[in-house]
Amino acid sequence: MTRVSEHLNQALHDLMESDPAVHLLGEDVSDPYGGAFKITKGLSDRFGSRVRSTPLSEGALAGVGAGLALAGDKAVVEIMFSDFVALAFDQIANFAAKSTAMYGRPVPVPLIVRCPTGGNRGYGPTHSQSLQKHFIGVPGLSLFEMTPFHDAGGLFARMFALGRPCLFFEDKVLYTRHMYRLDDLFRFELAGDVARVVLDGAAEPDCTLVTHGGLVHRTLDAMRTLLLEDELVCELLVPAQLYPVPRLPGLEDARHVCVIDDGGEGGSWSSEVARVLYPRLWGGLRRPITLVNSADAVIPAAPHLERGVLVQADRIRAAVLEAVS
Amino acid sequence: MIVTAASPQSLRPPPSDRDLRSLLLIRHFELALLRLFEQGAVSGTTHTCLGQEYIPVALAPLLLDDDFVFSNHRGHGHFLARHAEPYGLLAEIMGREGALCGGVGGSQHVYHRRFLSTGVQGESLPVATGVALKLAGSGALACAYVGDGTWGEGAVYEALNMAALWRLPLLVVVEHNGIAQSTPTPAQLAGTIGARAAAFGVRHHRVTSTDVEEIRSELAPLVAAVRSEPSPLVAEFVTHRIGPHSKGDDTRSPEEIDRARRSDWHTRYAAADPERFARLDREQQEFVDRLVAEIAARPPATPPAPSASAPAPEPATGRRP
Ligand SMILES: Cc1ncc(C[n+]2csc(CCOP(=O)(O)OP(=O)(O)O)c2C)c(N)n1
Ligand SMILES: [Mg+2]
Repeated sequence: MTRVSEHLNQALHDLMESDPAVHLLGEDVSDPYGGAFKITKGLSDRFGSRVRSTPLSEGALAGVGAGLALAGDKAVVEIMFSDFVALAFDQIANFAAKSTAMYGRPVPVPLIVRCPTGGNRGYGPTHSQSLQKHFIGVPGLSLFEMTPFHDAGGLFARMFALGRPCLFFEDKVLYTRHMYRLDDLFRFELAGDVARVVLDGAAEPDCTLVTHGGLVHRTLDAMRTLLLEDELVCELLVPAQLYPVPRLPGLEDARHVCVIDDGGEGGSWSSEVARVLYPRLWGGLRRPITLVNSADAVIPAAPHLERGVLVQADRIRAAVLEAVS
Repeated sequence: MIVTAASPQSLRPPPSDRDLRSLLLIRHFELALLRLFEQGAVSGTTHTCLGQEYIPVALAPLLLDDDFVFSNHRGHGHFLARHAEPYGLLAEIMGREGALCGGVGGSQHVYHRRFLSTGVQGESLPVATGVALKLAGSGALACAYVGDGTWGEGAVYEALNMAALWRLPLLVVVEHNGIAQSTPTPAQLAGTIGARAAAFGVRHHRVTSTDVEEIRSELAPLVAAVRSEPSPLVAEFVTHRIGPHSKGDDTRSPEEIDRARRSDWHTRYAAADPERFARLDREQQEFVDRLVAEIAARPPATPPAPSASAPAPEPATGRRP
């Protein structure tokens, strides 16, 4: 059984081993520290100067990664807490992403910006956010997120193959969970990019849920309770690619769709998913797609207050119950 | 790089009881926090200032009520040396009733009177520069604490440039502890902080002493000039982080940690006046034990009412001296 953190670490080892053009940069990523969340452990010992601990310089860090990519290599850049990717916004949005297309011909920029993300750890307002939504709709930029169902090595290969910069979000609580493990009620399969979690042997679900990697376990908790206490069957779709929103399989007959997103409500990933789904599903929908988001609020440090702001299993359950009642 | 601070010698003049109490309160407060985290009684993260307590204590009487102080992730000492409100701070960190900021900010995000901290490195310097622009000529100043590692952030230079161009009363206090999280300074800072300040024509003073009275006499005329000219000043303290960056994440070798410990003000102060030190140390330890017991017994902080309008800010007008 492999924890998501170990799986990611192994995937980075494999990536750097298989491709000598890959560099990795970030604050405190070198050994023995191996990164604030230990995802880069063992890399600097093994790959020497291709792995660099940098000064506290998120903007330059993203720019240096873009420069390596522009010069023909590939770069993985770690932002210690995704909150600080705000400091790299210009390099990502106005240089790396735009450069792929603003010079009148395709310019490959194979750059992955890894962003440890999310709350529920009591880290407070500037170390807990899910900022995915701020990067949606930037031409030339793709967004991915780690899930417990997708092989990280496969995702790294896909992102580099795009030849354009990608943000890769990794939920900090997900780090501690196991890859590929579900309780005995559910099983999952991959349908293209999208992991599909279904109740073993169930017929048509009452509700189809869509969420991103960091919310998988809270959503599964809700699905379990909905089944055991409310006798409602849910199916769950988890894309690894968040933007552009990929084709989500099997929704044509969905009775109801609910998108669950740890980002604060308003201009959110969930609303982008709904925007993509409405034209496709309009004819069959019986009611509007339900969006479940974190509150439009600063994320408090005190755990009991933080809990109330971020999406939790009970909120998901209540939203589904209300929608299908 | 570890720079050894002033060699052991008796403290002349000896620190006042008030200073010793302040130093020891901060020390015991931080030690208690590490214990609470270890016991799982507090969640999230915290950064203690073990070894660096003397910096804000030395600065305390040099800062006036009208001054605005900006702090960072390692800010408990900055706060406690300025405001005798350990109950409010601990309640904030533990998310209990009486929290300074309703439990929303936590350890790294405190705004109380004219003290403000934030957990994003380098963010505060431009803001401090804006406050200094408002305060210029009033005799008050904006003081911003930053670590050596934070000199990697571009915002630091954008702010220094403006503060120098516009002759603003900005006091930048650098706690140069030779490390940023796990990265030693020589691996993250090219050149020197002094030369960087010089490049902007900003006055720079390097403090190697851990003796609060000595530090005050060195800095008093320079801080006075920040107010009266006005002009920015970078006061760089050569100091040592003797604890982990946050909790349990120290990857330095035992020898390195030992070397840092040897520069601890605590040892020197204890040796200089053992009897008085031991008495005040016990007193502060007992106080912090009571403090922890009382805050831990309080109910959780209640969330601020969503409809409540923002509290009126402390007007940053500053009285003319
Ligand atoms: C913009 C930003 N990048 C990274 C971090 C994570 N971080 C917190 S403290 C720290 C090291 C700071 O070093 P320094 O400025 O020397 O202060 P010290 O911790 O030594 O007191 C880092 C990397 C942060 N809080 N903000
Ligand atoms: Mg430092």
